[in-house]
Amino acid sequence: MSNSAYATESTVESAEAVLELDGLKKRYGQESVIEGLSLSVREGEILTLLGPSGCGKTTTLRLVAGLERPNGGSIRLRGEEVAGAGVHVAPEERGVGVVFQEFALFPHLTAAENVAFGLNDWPADEREARVAELLDLVGLADQADSHPDELSGGQQQRVALARSLAPEPEILLLDEPFSNLDVDLRVQMREEVRRILKATGVTAISVTHDQEEALSISDRVAVMSDGQLEQVGEPETVFQHPESRFVAGFLGYASFLPGFVTGDAVETELGSVSREQIHGLAPEYDRTRIDVLVRPDDLHATPGGRLDGDASTNGTVVGRRYLGPTILYEVELDDGTRLQCMHNHDAGIPMDARVRLTLSATHELSWFPADQRPADGEARGLNGDVVGHPDALGDDE
Amino acid sequence: MATDQDQHTEPGTDLPVGTTVASAAVAAAVVLPLLWLVRTGLTVGFDEAVALLTRPTTVQVFVNSAALVAAVTGLSVLLGVPLAYLTVRTDVPFPRLCTVAVSLPLVIPSYIGAFAFVSAFGPNGALKRLLAPLGVETLPEIYGFPGAVLVLTLYTYPYVYITARASLLSFDTTLVDAARTLRHSRWETFRRVEVPQIRPAVAAGALLVALYTLSDFGTPAIMRFDAFTRVIYVEFNAFGRETATLLSLQLVAVTFLILGLESLVRGDERGGAGGRSRDTVRLGRWRYPALALPAAVAALALVVPLGILLTWFGQGASDVGRSLAFRPEYVLNSVGVSAAAALAATVAALPVAYLAARHRTPLTAVFERVTYVGYAVPGVVLGLALVFFGTQYATPVYQTIYLLVFAYVIRFLPQAVGSMRASFLRVDPSLPEAARTLGSSPPTAFRRVTLPLIAPGLFGGAALVFLTTMKELPATLLLRPSGFKTLVVHIWSAYASGYFGHAAVPALILLGVSALSMLVIISQEGYNVK
Repeated sequence: MSNSAYATESTVESAEAVLELDGLKKRYGQESVIEGLSLSVREGEILTLLGPSGCGKTTTLRLVAGLERPNGGSIRLRGEEVAGAGVHVAPEERGVGVVFQEFALFPHLTAAENVAFGLNDWPADEREARVAELLDLVGLADQADSHPDELSGGQQQRVALARSLAPEPEILLLDEPFSNLDVDLRVQMREEVRRILKATGVTAISVTHDQEEALSISDRVAVMSDGQLEQVGEPETVFQHPESRFVAGFLGYASFLPGFVTGDAVETELGSVSREQIHGLAPEYDRTRIDVLVRPDDLHATPGGRLDGDASTNGTVVGRRYLGPTILYEVELDDGTRLQCMHNHDAGIPMDARVRLTLSATHELSWFPADQRPADGEARGLNGDVVGHPDALGDDE
Repeated sequence: MATDQDQHTEPGTDLPVGTTVASAAVAAAVVLPLLWLVRTGLTVGFDEAVALLTRPTTVQVFVNSAALVAAVTGLSVLLGVPLAYLTVRTDVPFPRLCTVAVSLPLVIPSYIGAFAFVSAFGPNGALKRLLAPLGVETLPEIYGFPGAVLVLTLYTYPYVYITARASLLSFDTTLVDAARTLRHSRWETFRRVEVPQIRPAVAAGALLVALYTLSDFGTPAIMRFDAFTRVIYVEFNAFGRETATLLSLQLVAVTFLILGLESLVRGDERGGAGGRSRDTVRLGRWRYPALALPAAVAALALVVPLGILLTWFGQGASDVGRSLAFRPEYVLNSVGVSAAAALAATVAALPVAYLAARHRTPLTAVFERVTYVGYAVPGVVLGLALVFFGTQYATPVYQTIYLLVFAYVIRFLPQAVGSMRASFLRVDPSLPEAARTLGSSPPTAFRRVTLPLIAPGLFGGAALVFLTTMKELPATLLLRPSGFKTLVVHIWSAYASGYFGHAAVPALILLGVSALSMLVIISQEGYNVK
């Protein structure tokens, strides 16, 4: 019983698909890691598999690379089956490049030798030219003769990237490529890696648990949870119109405002919201309870009078987290609903203050049927943890 | 990146004085017998020396030994590396059992193996009697080169197996994943990624094999193969003191040649930091057939000697040669001298290993290298040197247990140093530094932080020394106080007098004790099989 209000937006024409996963399954012993995953990756795009640790995203990469064998389903690369029933093309014959999480640079070889590693079959002069070209592309021409242990983390990553790109792979896989880097370097390398990938025009799949990284480097994001795809789409779409509470909560802070659909409007604790502003609210949800997704920047809190009897206030500040440029408040409405709202860092609302919370968003808002609420009712909180919804995308079972 | 840590301190700066002096003393004690040997060699006139060394028989001895070392080392690598790869990197069934089975030959001293093989395959051996009714008239000749190579390979290849296995276990298998995504097949990956990574370890194991082969006295003696050690012993007993000395010097020279070769082969040590992936090689339908290799090796190396010993044991010692009857005090003697040697070697190794790991300078490197000299000097040579040294300069200790233990320490010190140096390198230098910032003096920091962390290596080194001392034959034969009999001495008398049956009990006990020490090493080195 998924949120059928949105059409599943995974209709990629297979003609331009470089990689197609169809009903992929992987188990380790009794434990199922991937349960029927289907996905297409288009020529030249950067797609990011995003999900919490243990959701099966790295395993998916390893299956694509041929480093693991699936227990079911198939993988097609440029229309040719490379894994499936009785078929297993060895990793060295797939033409899939991988940038490993810990880079996996060969410690006994120099940077240039590492880059040249996959070019064994090339004529010597072409190989040298290719190595020089790639080291140049990643800005490491001066470090060609350094061994990995003489390079910084960022430099090691550049070598790893150059090495995987050198043999001109059909598709490049990046496994948590930035997790081994310092925070400052991470942001810088994100831009750098995106530039390099776009410069070579390679099709790439990246894997991360960092939503900011996923949203910033990807052309499309595929959110995974418990071995299944939750949603695939452009970063903006996935962020603004999540198809499940899991996706809503995993991508940034999410609060849910209960409401009751009455004809042209949705009645909530924050007042009546025009039906037009609720994205794709189908007629059959008339006279039902729904939860409207509100992001912290969709709300605004105005301090009210000190008296509890002040009729203009509707909630109390119960949480306050200073984030530097902004402050995240948690407000408990008088009916017990908790919502998060983001203010500028100079907002001076103290804890326990009575506030008037208003909905300031002008864009369309997403919603979920109220009967989809997670069983424990704890779908939100300052830590942003959200219990995932189990069957957001029907699979081929 | 533990290998970088020895560059942590700049050369030449603040060498701890006490430790340096202790190291120097240990190094001096170790080279003493060798210096004596050189001195004696110099007393032989030049022309006479040349004449002795260029005699056809002498040249033949050199050729024999070189061929033996080359064959045994080559075969050990060919056996040890595939076995290590099989048990670590593939999905072979029962990996734990295989690992134990193919490591176990190490606990059988090669002379006991040789003894058993001669008994089994010799002209009137057990196997011949067994096969005669089946019409098998002739067996391949066991005496001489083939027998010596077979026995030495079977009982020394575990050195290569164990070092190769350890390096494959610590090997970052994501490198294999990386190579495979870079269009390298399993074989190419093995050749271009795994071999360079395990090469230093395999070279170290091969070095142990080569040195063992060159210095082994029992096997050539029993197989009647004229290698250096056998000829030296024979010459010595025939009062050919000058020939024995010159051959000893020549043997030592060959040993250094091998040490030099090893550092050439070893190549650069560049460790990678990194995790492991789940990569294992799938053997498919070869999974069970692959068991044949470890099974065959274990059967040959373990079942043959155990079968022979148990047969002897079952038959009981005959009445003849009752003076050879086994006495329990032999066990106590063996354990006693071995434990003393292990303790003394550990104490002596500590300063050398510490300096070699933490304060790498040309001087400390020399100290470390010098301790290996003791290992390079074969037991028979060391025994001879100390016999002469004892009779001329140190009569009070000659024919005492002190000189015997001193010989053991010199001979097996490198095992303690090597094991300890590796443990020191594994200790993050910032840990004792942290202790310093928390108010500990350098000795206190060492005692409270470094020592507990290196304890496993310390213990492992001591256990190795104990194990090998227990098995040491030639030095024991030459240096034991008269009337002092150990297990080894008893086995040798039984062999020499032809009453093989009397060797059964001490040999079985020796195997038991060796196996026990091996278990200690296995447990404390985390010799686990995932």
